[in-house]
Amino acid sequence: MNFSLARASLIAEADLVDVAGESAVCDRRGVLYFPEFRLLAVSDLHLEKGSSLARRGTLIPPYDTGATLLRLQAVISDYQPSIVISLGDSFHDGGGAERMHASFRERLEALMAGRDWFWVAGNHDPEAPADLPGDTVRELAIGSLLFRHEPSKVRVEGEISGHLHPCARIVQQGRSVRRRCFAGDGGRMIMPAFGAYTGSLNVLDHAYAGLFRLESLMAYMLGADRIFAISRSMLRPG
Amino acid sequence: MTEQPRLADQNATVALPEPFVRWFGEKGWSPRAHQIELLAKAQSGQSVLLIAPTGAGKTLAGFLPSLTELAVWPRRKPGQARRGIHTLYISPLKALAVDIERNLGKPVEEIGLPVTIETRTGDTPSHKRQRQKLAPPDILLTTPEQLALLIAAGDARRFFEDLRYVVLDELHSLVTSKRGHLLALGLARLRSFVPGLQMIGLSATVAEPDELRRWLVSQNPPKGATSPDMAELIVVTGGAKPEITILDSEERVPWAGHSARYATPEIYREIKRHKTTLLFVNTRSQAELLFQELWRVNDDTLPIALHHGSLDVAQRRRVEKAMGENALRAIVATSTLDLGIDWGDVDLVVHVGAPKGASRLAQRIGRANHRMDEPSKAILIPANRFEVLECRAALDANYLGAQDTPPLVNGGLDVLAQHVLGCACGAPFRADDLFEEVRTAAPYAYLDRPTFDRVVDFVATGGYALKNYERYARIRLNKDGLWRVSNPRVAQQYRLNVGTIIEVPALNVRYVQAGSKGSASRGGRVLGKIEEAFLETLTHGDTFMFAGKVLRFEGIRESECFVSNAPGSDAKVPYYGGGKFPLSTYLAEQVRIILDDPQRWKKLPEQVADWLRFQADKSVLPKREDLLIETFPRGNRHYLVAYPFEGRLAHQTLGMLLTRRLDRAGARPLGFVATDYALAIWSLGDMGAMFKARKPSLGALFDQDMLGDDLEAWLADSWLLKRTFRNCALISGLIEKRHPGQEKSGRQVTVSTDLIYDVLRSHEPDHILLQATRADAAAGLLDVSRLADMLSRIQGRIMHKNLEQISPLAVPIMLEIGKMPVNGEADETLLMDAATLVAEAMGPEMVEE
Repeated sequence: MNFSLARASLIAEADLVDVAGESAVCDRRGVLYFPEFRLLAVSDLHLEKGSSLARRGTLIPPYDTGATLLRLQAVISDYQPSIVISLGDSFHDGGGAERMHASFRERLEALMAGRDWFWVAGNHDPEAPADLPGDTVRELAIGSLLFRHEPSKVRVEGEISGHLHPCARIVQQGRSVRRRCFAGDGGRMIMPAFGAYTGSLNVLDHAYAGLFRLESLMAYMLGADRIFAISRSMLRPG
Repeated sequence: MTEQPRLADQNATVALPEPFVRWFGEKGWSPRAHQIELLAKAQSGQSVLLIAPTGAGKTLAGFLPSLTELAVWPRRKPGQARRGIHTLYISPLKALAVDIERNLGKPVEEIGLPVTIETRTGDTPSHKRQRQKLAPPDILLTTPEQLALLIAAGDARRFFEDLRYVVLDELHSLVTSKRGHLLALGLARLRSFVPGLQMIGLSATVAEPDELRRWLVSQNPPKGATSPDMAELIVVTGGAKPEITILDSEERVPWAGHSARYATPEIYREIKRHKTTLLFVNTRSQAELLFQELWRVNDDTLPIALHHGSLDVAQRRRVEKAMGENALRAIVATSTLDLGIDWGDVDLVVHVGAPKGASRLAQRIGRANHRMDEPSKAILIPANRFEVLECRAALDANYLGAQDTPPLVNGGLDVLAQHVLGCACGAPFRADDLFEEVRTAAPYAYLDRPTFDRVVDFVATGGYALKNYERYARIRLNKDGLWRVSNPRVAQQYRLNVGTIIEVPALNVRYVQAGSKGSASRGGRVLGKIEEAFLETLTHGDTFMFAGKVLRFEGIRESECFVSNAPGSDAKVPYYGGGKFPLSTYLAEQVRIILDDPQRWKKLPEQVADWLRFQADKSVLPKREDLLIETFPRGNRHYLVAYPFEGRLAHQTLGMLLTRRLDRAGARPLGFVATDYALAIWSLGDMGAMFKARKPSLGALFDQDMLGDDLEAWLADSWLLKRTFRNCALISGLIEKRHPGQEKSGRQVTVSTDLIYDVLRSHEPDHILLQATRADAAAGLLDVSRLADMLSRIQGRIMHKNLEQISPLAVPIMLEIGKMPVNGEADETLLMDAATLVAEAMGPEMVEE
């Protein structure tokens, strides 16, 4: 299938979300795509989290980097973006890029080839990743959008950030469902964590206090086949 | 220790040292035959299994070999090397160890024995533990987890070098769990320290004594060895026959439900008639409900108490103390009181709800009248009509002395991984030697070398195909052929995570003022702990029952759940927490026999016998070996009800698999519900017509091959497997329960093990931990083996009744529809509902925003 056709149908079927006047595809796999800029944003990859924990004696499976890259590869091949922004905490720690298995490094470099690739600095990886192409930036402004890792305390219209790993929870028919989500109020958007081993924090947690206009806060919960847009009144803490 | 009856047996005193003979004489007692027999066998160097009912003087029997030997053991002279532990006593409960210390101390003092007895449990202060290492007592009373810790210490071999006996109390309950697997491995280690070590197992009656006899001694002996592969067996039969009756209520016995609320006034009447009544129920919610109901009718304000595992410890201790002092008239309890702690003068046991297993019933009834020679008195209260049948079956079984304790299962590989690391923490090991040692433990007699090597590899570097973690290895193979821990920190972490008991994530339940949400004040006292999974389904203002009160949910903050009093309100949300045992295979068969034999209906209450007659009239009663399937339409749906009587777990698994198959066959199934007795599936398609047209035939639908691909496919994504994986990951040490200086909350652990499971399953589906997880799930949560037995039994024996309307037998399970939460699988539908609600409330353009 022709790539651009695939992209066109993805965009047509997807939920388009408005952030500060820019239209974005909220992909159920946890990435944002801005068709106008052919820009793909992904946040909190936390590559090499497995080996980071292994160093401290917790020998969890060393496949998280591979799993995360595989999923990233799928969305990149679907959208064929010309710009990719990795919104910080791309590696779980400063030594992550160095520890990465050669086969994974090759795969990552193949994904990066032929595109503008930006590593936004995060709290886990404040420095540029060792020996990898791409530009490392603190933040990045494109159109009316501002990309940075941590959401700022003062309201910034058009800010796209990550860091908090949002998830949302609903209770229906005496049962509880918790999923990762995009959290947005039309003005700013916080992206879900993309990494295979990343945990999540409920959007009602006090860590999010003051970030959103509560009356228009929506959680775009990641479903198996689609995004579910849930308004704040339906959300439960915990 | 129970009172000794006067049994005149002159020869019995022969093997007893003089001070013991004098002590028995002063008490006016004689030792019992089994006590002397056990002593004689032990003195001839053998390990012994003693099976005896409660009140037979089991504890004294178990300790007699130690006490008689210690009585003549030479005292240590000053300057002589210290003496190690002589006897190790292991029980499943801390409280039991403490109880034994008190009960054993008395005869030791009266006989004037120079014997020191101490406990060592999780509660023992560290200075006392250190002192015990330097100056060990003669008899150490402890738990399986403490043994694992002692073995993982560098001085283990020296600490145990003088060990003569290990006394294992309540062995029947220890051996059935992963704790039992860990304990078996620990004992194998002790046997390698002390080759002549003797085991003395004390057990209630079990179905297969030989399994326990093998468990006590070394298996897979080296070639040429002549040691027996089973311990000697002593069985004490009898005791007085218990007087058990089924409540023949004047009220109407309900079709379904588990509350037995209808019988409350009759239960209360019995409490008034007796000195102390012990009321057993199967779940915590039943305990809460019964307690509430009893207090509603408690016009004489009798002291009636509540006891279950979720209550605050201090609260439980108060109840136990009051019980010991005979200050209570009745106590409502769950399985936390099952084991053999001595309670005051209980003269009546009431069992509310069906007992689910004949052996469990016998043990619970044994709690009344801790004297073997007086009959115990018990009343069974069936909560619904099927339970009447089950109670009848259990009652017949108890009279016949039938036993249905579960068969032992192979030792878990996650437990083995923990043990291997523990051994390495204690001392460097050679893989060949440890493999041989592990195979001497009965649960691991099956183990092959490649599997063992994979477990060692797992302990070292995680055992992954992708060799990325060599430099982070926890244990390393050195040039001398010995495996050693790579770093002292490994041993420190091991000690914090030892054991196989995984706590379900639970939150403290704390009182606050109504409406305060806990933000203003830190609130009042803690009532106990409730599973997070239950609390997550509550919203502000919901009422539920806990700690004998109706409470209003105010909110959750950090690790605490805030509640306020809601007296006088009804509890809206049923609380399903707490263990629920599945119906035993044996009882299931007995129930089928009763159904098949109208002669036996005469013993049933009239209203229940009538119900069965109606069934025979409207449909048919299942034959003993057959599976009855009824199909009928109701409303705009079609129903299939099957009556396998194989227990809730097996039925749930069957329901999952059948709905997949029916879906493929185009029946458009919508859901199912499972009870201990039956399974109901509802669909849009007419299943009755489909079966008649043999599209598919029932034989094909229930074919055994469903346990192949269908089971695999369903399991892969099931929340059941994720939960099991979490347990295996924690027990095997893949992730930690506790890390020095940092307590992980249950939430963090749950999230990360689910993610780890997903990643591991897609990248290395044959990893040893996934293998352990599947084995666990098949044996436990899914009851696959039982389902397999049933499917093979009913081949060609399926009886189909295509009815025009619901049958009498189907009423109970049809009433369960909508009451039971169906777990896990339809999350997407719920999200869809929530999203649709938003769309309805706000208009579609807002959602598409």
